[in-house]
Amino acid sequence: MALHHIGLKEINGSLIVLDDVENAGFDELVEIHLKNNTKRQGRIVQIDGKRVVIQVFEGTNDLSMENTSTHFTGKPLEIPLSTELLGRIFNGAGKPIDGLGEIFAEKYADINGAAINPVSRNYPRNYIRTGISSIDALTTLIRGQKLPIFSDSGLPHNKLAVQIVKQAKIADKEEDNNFCIVFAAMGVKNDIADYFKTKFEESGVLERVSMFINLSNDPIIERILTPRCALTAAEYLAYEKNMHVLVILTDMTSYAEAIREFSSSKGEIPGRKGYPGYLYSDLAQLYERAGVLKNSKGSVTQIPILTMPNGDITNPVPDLTGYITEGQIVLSKELYQQGVYPPVSILPSLSRLMKDGIGEKYTRSDHQAVASQLFACYAKVQDARSLASVIGEEELSATDKSYIEFGKNFESNFLTQSDDEDRTIEQTLDLGWDLLCLLPKEELDRIDSELLDKVYDPSRSQRFKSTI
Amino acid sequence: MSSKIFSINGPVIKARKATEFSMMEMVYVGKNKIIGEVISINENETTIQVYESTTGLKPGEPIYSTGTPLFATLGPGIISNIFDGIERPLKEMEKSSGAFIGIGSDIPSLNENKTYDVTVTVKVGDTINPGEIYATCPETSMITHKCMLSPLLKTSVVKEIKPNGQYKVNDTIVIIEDENGNVHELSLCQKWPIRVARPVKNRLSISRPLITGQRIIDTMFPIAKGGTAAVPGGFGTGKTMTQHALAKWSDADIIIYVGCGERGNEMTQVLEEFSELIDPRTGKALTDRTTLIANTSNMPVAAREASIYTGITLAEYYRDMGYHVAIMADSTSRWAEALREISGRLEEMPAEEGFPAYLPSRLSQFYERAGYMETLSGQEGSVTIIGAVSPQGSDFSEPVTQNTKRFVRCFWALDKALAYSRHYPAINWITSYSEYDEDLKKFYDNEVGEDFLNIKQKISALLAEESKLMEIVKLIGADVLPDDQKLVIEISKVIRVGFLQQNAFHKDDAYVTLEKQKQMMKIIIYFYENASKLISHSIPFSVLVESGIFTKLSRIKYDIPNDDLDKFNTYYDEIDLFIKKQLNN
Repeated sequence: MALHHIGLKEINGSLIVLDDVENAGFDELVEIHLKNNTKRQGRIVQIDGKRVVIQVFEGTNDLSMENTSTHFTGKPLEIPLSTELLGRIFNGAGKPIDGLGEIFAEKYADINGAAINPVSRNYPRNYIRTGISSIDALTTLIRGQKLPIFSDSGLPHNKLAVQIVKQAKIADKEEDNNFCIVFAAMGVKNDIADYFKTKFEESGVLERVSMFINLSNDPIIERILTPRCALTAAEYLAYEKNMHVLVILTDMTSYAEAIREFSSSKGEIPGRKGYPGYLYSDLAQLYERAGVLKNSKGSVTQIPILTMPNGDITNPVPDLTGYITEGQIVLSKELYQQGVYPPVSILPSLSRLMKDGIGEKYTRSDHQAVASQLFACYAKVQDARSLASVIGEEELSATDKSYIEFGKNFESNFLTQSDDEDRTIEQTLDLGWDLLCLLPKEELDRIDSELLDKVYDPSRSQRFKSTI
Repeated sequence: MSSKIFSINGPVIKARKATEFSMMEMVYVGKNKIIGEVISINENETTIQVYESTTGLKPGEPIYSTGTPLFATLGPGIISNIFDGIERPLKEMEKSSGAFIGIGSDIPSLNENKTYDVTVTVKVGDTINPGEIYATCPETSMITHKCMLSPLLKTSVVKEIKPNGQYKVNDTIVIIEDENGNVHELSLCQKWPIRVARPVKNRLSISRPLITGQRIIDTMFPIAKGGTAAVPGGFGTGKTMTQHALAKWSDADIIIYVGCGERGNEMTQVLEEFSELIDPRTGKALTDRTTLIANTSNMPVAAREASIYTGITLAEYYRDMGYHVAIMADSTSRWAEALREISGRLEEMPAEEGFPAYLPSRLSQFYERAGYMETLSGQEGSVTIIGAVSPQGSDFSEPVTQNTKRFVRCFWALDKALAYSRHYPAINWITSYSEYDEDLKKFYDNEVGEDFLNIKQKISALLAEESKLMEIVKLIGADVLPDDQKLVIEISKVIRVGFLQQNAFHKDDAYVTLEKQKQMMKIIIYFYENASKLISHSIPFSVLVESGIFTKLSRIKYDIPNDDLDKFNTYYDEIDLFIKKQLNN
């Protein structure tokens, strides 16, 4: 016989306190029944003897000290899993909201997951082609990687995410139909959620997408569960159903703010900018759920999207994220204002796993050389530009002038592409070579002499010169 | 009667009236017997931090006392292994709980069924002192394991020995009796509390470099065996890459690599990569000298705090055998943050940026465990600590970086601007420093040649001058500079691109011998000095550029293999020919 506790001791923000509770476990799921026959869920976050603190997912509105009866379920929060997850829409706590009824569960799993044993991981090696030159060539996305997009309000990160989802392809063809997407929205606006839904529908991928949506006016505590539910679903699809899962988490900043709100209502000592000291560990528990396992064919690849408050990359959320994820794709307001889409600012962008997932076996043998030369040259473009802003472009040396020309063409031809342009890796790398040929040969110091002699040909860059 | 759990808050557990525990004692918590450590006691409450997830733990579950502090098991089987933060073997855990780490795995640290070919080195009747060796056995192809009398025991007399042969880790091989008449059975392993430094006979002065094969480190900012270094850098600047390069190529006998709160994939990478790589000095697989401690960022935070101590204890144990051990801690900031997290849960008064007030003392305790020592058994051994620091917001003025700076003598500052232009290793040559120059002077003079430090000085001077000139260039452009300054800029570019920048993925460039490093610097300076002469003879700078020698010098790192240094002569010939031709014109 399940025990029900009538009434509460204390209500404080999203937390409620019960007294005289016996045999409750840490992190256990509780159900709170209201007098009006509605039910809410919560989670035990602290135990002091018989006093128990519970976090209520749907918020504490309408709760009073007397009108509730609380039931302890004896297990942590679990969600039902089966391949039916695909094509469905859930709320932040994993309940279906598309009116198609409950999921017929093959199994239930604890949403907190468990840490993957580093010994059981396979080092991610194979790449995912996104058809976007700046990403494929310079910050290659690898299967099993976590590669966030650092953005700012007003930048087209959602458009970019949709384009990645639409165009993403696994390199080996036969596994193409094993590809699926888990989409988690935390604290996003209604129309953004709609935008994603419509775009997925238009491009015909909806039946391969599982959406977990917590809108900006939904309870914040549910927001803490959203990525956990989504990742539990992703892990199930990847490691038990051998699928390649791309997880999009947006917006991680709203998630971190939810954590902060929860922490301060619990009365914890705040760390940097009011975020709790455990924000790093908390984010790591989400991001580290990406990967490839030895005993399974599937993979979980994450693209978390976060808006940097005030465009500040040193804010705790992007800062800690960057320390956990394997690189980052940074979007730049300046480029976007110049009409560059996707406005990927390549210098601060990086893919840590790229070096092992490209080259002869995966993309093309000259990929590394082209990428590192493009980076080095584009860095010099910045020097030349700042010099030009002081002494004027006319006064620059011939070499610096060629850098300015390279920079301009790199931005307008390589970075820029339309939102339905799907470039192959060959097209992208050849384009890179064409652009490099704008520069004098001796400036290309990152490329092997042999390779350079073979490929370098100034006439390749002719088409860019004529446009000036 | 054992105590019971009273309250639970994340990894912090409290028990009421549990006075039987002692400070820093290891305890087992709850039905699953998860490992914890007592961190504070008062008359009402005992606080315990636990090393695993507390999900499902209930008040009223028992807490078991063990009577010993948190310890590491030391014996053969450590090398080539991979452990979590409290020395549990991850490979064995995979067998028992699958790809995801379960709760309450109680697996012995060392493989208890494997046998080793043991040679007993003492005789019945011998007197044996703490730290003295009583048996040896081959552990890997590179490492001979030496079993030493634990420093916790007293000077004793050998009563009984087993014949040489195959023994398991826990088999008794020697029986001794100490002066108080207590009899001890010695096996191949011993236990040591991880938070206590192992004793040594003497601290020796530092005199030998840890040769890493990385040019910017070996020549510009060398680290000594027994020294300490910090590698601070924001994300993406290559801390982990630098640590990996050092773990692969440095000439230590043993590498302990601690992945403290970092990425799971990185540890997998080390595992895969190191088993394929060959040590350039011994020709054996690198894994045969490496131990990994992996406490990734999603593993419990308290174990992350312990992982650093586990790592240094293993390092000291091998040092006591007379090995030179290098420990890479990646990253000490995660460890400091673990301290902060636990301190916050204990509601301690925070100091700077929320870090506890004892952060500096903990850091210094850790770094002071490095050193070049005479061991208890009279051998020489060293522990070198290389700690990565991940400053929050890439700001070097934050507490962890600043406090670390006080306790290390080598500072390799990683630079975002260099990393953005993919100049790796992105160690900034202006802000980095090494205080070991003086200590190592004798070594360099004797082993590499007296001209080495001299040339290095010239290289540093050129780089410093370039950095000043670049300020001007930023304002007015390089074209208006006089030719001699243009030469400084151009030759510095050769130094930066051709010397300081090193390609970790190129077969000839990943590791470079000291001799080749010297030759490279020498030829650059040789050309610079001759080119200066030409310029003083009013030969225009453009002639020098057209010669293509600058480009050639930048490519020496790829074009001259490590084992064919005679090739340098052709470069000298070419320079001489060019200079002569110009002077004759």
